[in-house]
Amino acid sequence: MIEGIEIQHIILVSSLMFFIGVYGFMTRKNLITMLMAIELMLNAVNINFVAFNKYLHPENMQGHFYSLFIIAIAAAEAAVAIAIIINLYRNLHSIDVEDVNNMKH
Amino acid sequence: MDITNFLIMKQELLLTLITLFILVSEIFVSDKRRIIPIAIVLFGIHTLFGFLYNSYGSIFGGMYQNSELVNLMKNILNLGVFIVLLQSSTWLLKEENENKISEFFILTFSTLIGMNFMISSGDFLMFYLGLELATIPMAALVAYNTYDKKSSESGLKLIMSAAFSSAVMLFGISLIYGQFGTLYFSELLSADMTSPLLILAFLMFISGLSFKISLVPFHFWTADVYEGAPTNVTSYLSVISKGAAVFIFNILLFTVFRNIVDVWSDVLYVLAILTMTIGNLFAIRQTNIKRFLAFSSVAQAGFILLGLLGTNELGMATVIYFILIYIFSNLAAFGVVSSIENNSGKLNIEDYNGLYHTNPNMSLLMMLSLFSLAGIPPLAGFFGKFFLFTAAAQNGYYWLIFIAVINATISLYYYLIVVKAMFINKNDSPIEKISNNWYMKTSYIICLIGLIVIGFYSDIFEYINQISIGI
Repeated sequence: MIEGIEIQHIILVSSLMFFIGVYGFMTRKNLITMLMAIELMLNAVNINFVAFNKYLHPENMQGHFYSLFIIAIAAAEAAVAIAIIINLYRNLHSIDVEDVNNMKH
Repeated sequence: MDITNFLIMKQELLLTLITLFILVSEIFVSDKRRIIPIAIVLFGIHTLFGFLYNSYGSIFGGMYQNSELVNLMKNILNLGVFIVLLQSSTWLLKEENENKISEFFILTFSTLIGMNFMISSGDFLMFYLGLELATIPMAALVAYNTYDKKSSESGLKLIMSAAFSSAVMLFGISLIYGQFGTLYFSELLSADMTSPLLILAFLMFISGLSFKISLVPFHFWTADVYEGAPTNVTSYLSVISKGAAVFIFNILLFTVFRNIVDVWSDVLYVLAILTMTIGNLFAIRQTNIKRFLAFSSVAQAGFILLGLLGTNELGMATVIYFILIYIFSNLAAFGVVSSIENNSGKLNIEDYNGLYHTNPNMSLLMMLSLFSLAGIPPLAGFFGKFFLFTAAAQNGYYWLIFIAVINATISLYYYLIVVKAMFINKNDSPIEKISNNWYMKTSYIICLIGLIVIGFYSDIFEYINQISIGI
């Protein structure tokens, strides 16, 4: 626990981060930037878990462990996503999301 | 801890062994085509073992639990995957896939392991791990045709929207953790969930899972991903992945969120109406058969929600029973579509004109499966839908059932368009006669037996009803 910082402040930061991530995912056109926006959302969740664990439920470590697993899985997800983006770049020569529109009805 | 406790995880362990075996055998088998029978036989043995020598209980401090109900769900999924593997043989034997046959099996089995862990999870951490293990290899499977623009595009759409939705869901889980300090389902059973914060957490959680089941308004990825993915992967995605998500959705609603049943009933009521109606209306205007089946599967998900609104043993039993029937109906339809695609490359509904004159058996199977999806009486689909409506009627949702019946009628219209194309429409150059290999024929026979027998053999439903849980 940090002196002088209430849990409300931390939740404010994490909520802001989460919705900045949502906004970024909705508005950005570059696929890599969209992936970064998703990382922002996941990191907001991590902050939430760690803060709740530290401030509200310090008796066990579930929150810490959950955030560790989220970090590991986010890395795996990013790896597969980037592999697919590279493959897409080979096919389309672009990583702009507006160009990824072969299927439209 | 006794080592025999690990036998509770029998299904996952066996599946992991099979996956590793295929991974190693890829090194030693020079002719990659020989992996197909090896994988299918091994998985068949695994499916059989699922029915035998089961032990139930929970391990890892309650993080993993297995019961008769959970084991039945896994067996249903295994059966579906077995049919998918049989159907994928024609596609895998094509020249362009020669070097990546084993990849298909490894990725498919990985996602199935993830689904099994997800269904038998006892806390939110195991649930999340299972969900991601089911999703990430799935994106790789969807992007399997690396030189196809559509395939990689749909892989991208799947992984991006899956990551987004799981982030939203995780935020909901973190709020639940903040309130109660625990993630175990058993400890959350008696928790009071009525505060506004937890309603928000629940809504975020439900939107993440609704994405997996592709309920409207979370369905936007469905049609594109289903169209771009290889047809056999599409059938896997639309039946097995969706079925697993429905199962865990059902378990979570009936255990963890049982104290806010009033809230989630209202949410599901709205989602059911939206999903049935919009899924149906979009299905009418499709010309591509895969997009058509995608929207029809969106509409079917809306019907499944009716069973969840039953909120007792009967409700859960009808949902599981419907998924069992849905597996056979949808896989029969996708089997015919993939067979036609692999032999002639045609995917539009108008290409099916006059199919009956050249391929009578496949046309008849397609007709039976579409009738089963629409719910025409002698076939299993009718009983599935009828029981779903019964479950909803128990809690007095008569208006919802009225809307559902109207939607079932609309759905009959677009299923009949395909049947009309096959049997009545004239075509100067119909699809030529297709000779299927015996893998495909076996899968057709299994689907046909399932379509006809499950509806009449009432012991199945009684067994499911007996082991189901209610609120």
